[in-house]
Amino acid sequence: MNSTQVLSLLPLIIVAGASVVALLAIAIRRNHALVFALTLAGLLASFISAFFAPRGPATQLLSMDQYAMFFMGLLTAASFFVAIFAYGYLAHRKSRKEEFYVLLLVATLGSMVLAASSHFASLFLGLEILSASLYGLIAYLRENPLPLEAGIKYLILAGSSSAFLAFGIALVYADLGTLDFAGVARMVAGQHGASLDLLIPGAVLILAGIGFKLALAPFHMWTPDIYEGAPAPVTAFVATVSKGGMFALLLRLFSQSGADRFPHLIVVLSILAIASMVTGNLLALFSNNVKRILAYSSIAHMGYVLVALEASRGLGAKAVAFYLTAYFATILGAFGVVTMLSSGERDCDQLENYCGLFWRRPVLAMVFTAMLLSLAGIPLTAGFIAKFYIVAAGAGTHIWALILILVITSAIGLFYYLRVAATLFRRPAPDGQTTPLPKIAPATSLVLALLTVIVIWLGVFPAPLLRLIQFAIGNVF
Amino acid sequence: MILALLLAIVIGGALLAWPLGRAHPRVSRSVALIAVCLDLALMLFVTARDFASGSAASGWREQLNCSWMPQFGIRFHLGLDGLSLVLVLLTLLLGVVAVLISWRDITTAVGFYYFNLLLILAGILGVLLSLDLFLFYFSWELMLVPMYFLISVWGGERRVYAAIKFFLFTQLSGLLMLISILALYFAHYGATGVYTFEYQALIGTPLSAHAALWIMLGFLAAFTVKLPMFPFHTWLPDACAEASTATNLVLGSLMAATAAYAIIRFLLPLFPDASREAAPVIIVLAVIGILYSAILAFSQTNLMRLIAYASIGHLGFVLLGIFSGSALALRGAVMTIIAHGISIGALFLVAGALEKRTHSREIGAMGGLWDTAPRLSGAGLFFALAALGLPGLGDFIGEFLILIGTFRTHMIAAIIASCGVLAATFYALRFVQAAFQGPNPHKWRFSDMTPREGLVLGVMMALLLWLGLNPQPVFQALAQAASNAPGLWR
Repeated sequence: MNSTQVLSLLPLIIVAGASVVALLAIAIRRNHALVFALTLAGLLASFISAFFAPRGPATQLLSMDQYAMFFMGLLTAASFFVAIFAYGYLAHRKSRKEEFYVLLLVATLGSMVLAASSHFASLFLGLEILSASLYGLIAYLRENPLPLEAGIKYLILAGSSSAFLAFGIALVYADLGTLDFAGVARMVAGQHGASLDLLIPGAVLILAGIGFKLALAPFHMWTPDIYEGAPAPVTAFVATVSKGGMFALLLRLFSQSGADRFPHLIVVLSILAIASMVTGNLLALFSNNVKRILAYSSIAHMGYVLVALEASRGLGAKAVAFYLTAYFATILGAFGVVTMLSSGERDCDQLENYCGLFWRRPVLAMVFTAMLLSLAGIPLTAGFIAKFYIVAAGAGTHIWALILILVITSAIGLFYYLRVAATLFRRPAPDGQTTPLPKIAPATSLVLALLTVIVIWLGVFPAPLLRLIQFAIGNVF
Repeated sequence: MILALLLAIVIGGALLAWPLGRAHPRVSRSVALIAVCLDLALMLFVTARDFASGSAASGWREQLNCSWMPQFGIRFHLGLDGLSLVLVLLTLLLGVVAVLISWRDITTAVGFYYFNLLLILAGILGVLLSLDLFLFYFSWELMLVPMYFLISVWGGERRVYAAIKFFLFTQLSGLLMLISILALYFAHYGATGVYTFEYQALIGTPLSAHAALWIMLGFLAAFTVKLPMFPFHTWLPDACAEASTATNLVLGSLMAATAAYAIIRFLLPLFPDASREAAPVIIVLAVIGILYSAILAFSQTNLMRLIAYASIGHLGFVLLGIFSGSALALRGAVMTIIAHGISIGALFLVAGALEKRTHSREIGAMGGLWDTAPRLSGAGLFFALAALGLPGLGDFIGEFLILIGTFRTHMIAAIIASCGVLAATFYALRFVQAAFQGPNPHKWRFSDMTPREGLVLGVMMALLLWLGLNPQPVFQALAQAASNAPGLWR
């Protein structure tokens, strides 16, 4: 391993180092602000290094190319915002706060490894690093029953899905004798004794494992419970960093291993996409819990991105990258608002808690509305350009049925986003007592303002991000 | 450049009006009024300049074309010709009216109200000016959310239901249009190898008859839902029954105008053959709409719903004129859009003024108001007569031309539609009789028109008279637009 290769691993090394430094700092002296600052510094340094680190295949396992760097930048940025939310969220709680950031850094590291992995071994490693720290993060407020329950649920379900994934990888290895994505592609293309008998079941099992992480229907059962039970900043993390890293991996796996050549797999993916779009949007209609609504909506959104994935021969890969960026900014903003309003034992997740928020906290309500509209894909927001991009990618590869379902289900989706938005603007009953609103955390407000600007900026002038994505992803696929 | 300024002023006004509303409601009202008046002055200046110099005899008077999202071939391309000019003037005029009549009516969250109102105006102007299909779709969708808020925050009892119904209808049809726009975009790429949303470039896209029909249907869905055409009209009466007066003005008069404009500007030139093929169906639906809405209008007890159905009837005439295939009827359709915007808008204002005084939108709560408010009642009579097509007023010219033009191409449709004119007499006169004449069972005593109402309604009356007696300037402007779509106007 030469120095260039080491340098190209810099974003990963920095985050890993930051977690160790944070751990040492805790051992010496417990100080919430200090660990928080160390975390932010680590994530920021990693973000910056993603721009300058040399590109290339660093090891057999990790390919630190333009594509990986783009997603690493995205993941560290999201993690940076989550850390800020967590600071405001944890500040007034009695439980020990410092380890949260260590877990956060390690989870981010796992997700970054996923984005860079070009080998099934690193896939599995990254996934396990991510999952193991997520168990801790989800159940972090262990004096409350709800997070604890969610943590155990996630532990059991994620453990079994990892088993599926491992078995799938084993089948692929038994068939092809290689675990390298490029090697798999060579074998599949050349048909060197590759029998489909093992390969197809293997691929389907791998897809099931990945589908679980992405919460694609029918592997979505865990999502609403985990979203509801986990502390709001952790939910934001699960929605963005965890799913984003996995999707970056899926996109690379899909196009580098030659999986897009199998019509069977395309059919399976289409079914997953349709099931996710329909299930997510329909289930969200019947929920009165904001975190659960966002969980169901995330199922649908992953279905939308899957549509773009199927068009990855055309504009799809770029559409995925743009959609994930827009979705990150939006969903972070939405959970940022939830975090800001959550101070008590239970997070502020009932729809009635938001009744008439506009008349009490107009700016916060408008931020939330902007995020909801972006999730619904309304113009002037990032969500609109992102959905437009996916529809364009789909239309370019003539997958009309999927596009039509996307359009119809997103019209259904509008209904529940509007329901939440309408709640914000409802006039509170004049005699009803209103729950006191928690104090505003300055750092969180700053981040929310920034995210709102990003969401609207991407909705009006997406050209710079499009150029960046073209530069980062155009060469890989 | 003037076009960019036009949009910048409204959007800037919206962004200013909101935060300033927290300082004092009056400030944000004034900001909104100044922004719209500035725009109106700007457009009047453009009109007067071209009129004086006689320069823009044909083609685009003003254009702005700059890069927006080059990766997709999306450009920020605005253009103004005679057709868009008359409708932009209508929009800004009614925009001023909407700002003025909300002055006293809206007392909660005033800054946010004007923010939404101005943003809708920006969306409407964007639709009327864009020459890039992406920009067009963007503006088209931009109108929705602010309108949703206008209905759901400042509406009546069942405002949330009405707002969501409005939103779902228009958004779903808008998404179908998005698919069509993209299909056209890729068809154009397939034929020429160039990615572009440019209006002029897409016009000549070679399409198979089958593909053209399907793509056209996506556009048609969006336009006929927004207009609205029978049988997609059900959201309009519901929305009008709940929304405030100014919102109804925008909803009933301006949004319909944008939909009709979009059919003339985009649907007919982009798909000449497919739209000819679909024309018989549309004409049948338009004629059904004319008669059906007249019957329903007659049986309404809620004043706003009555006016909404009257509006649907007028828009049936507009559709008839547009799809009749006759250039004369097309001119009549544009004339009707303008006159309908003013007369129906004014009826909404009269209804709003009555509501403010009687605290009800039910016709049954009124009656015999002529004695206590003669000037307001007179205005109500005037606009009801305008809406039923009295000669000498703008609506008459439009409907007359539509019927003459359609008679040559679709005789039976023209004959049945003229019965619709007759039917309109019934509901218009019923409104006048039930509200203003006869005994005064509720013993209403209230003040007559305020100076602000008098000014607004007076200007609208004058405009209707002017359009009815001297419609030539409008036709001149349209003749100038004809060179942009030569197949359409002759």
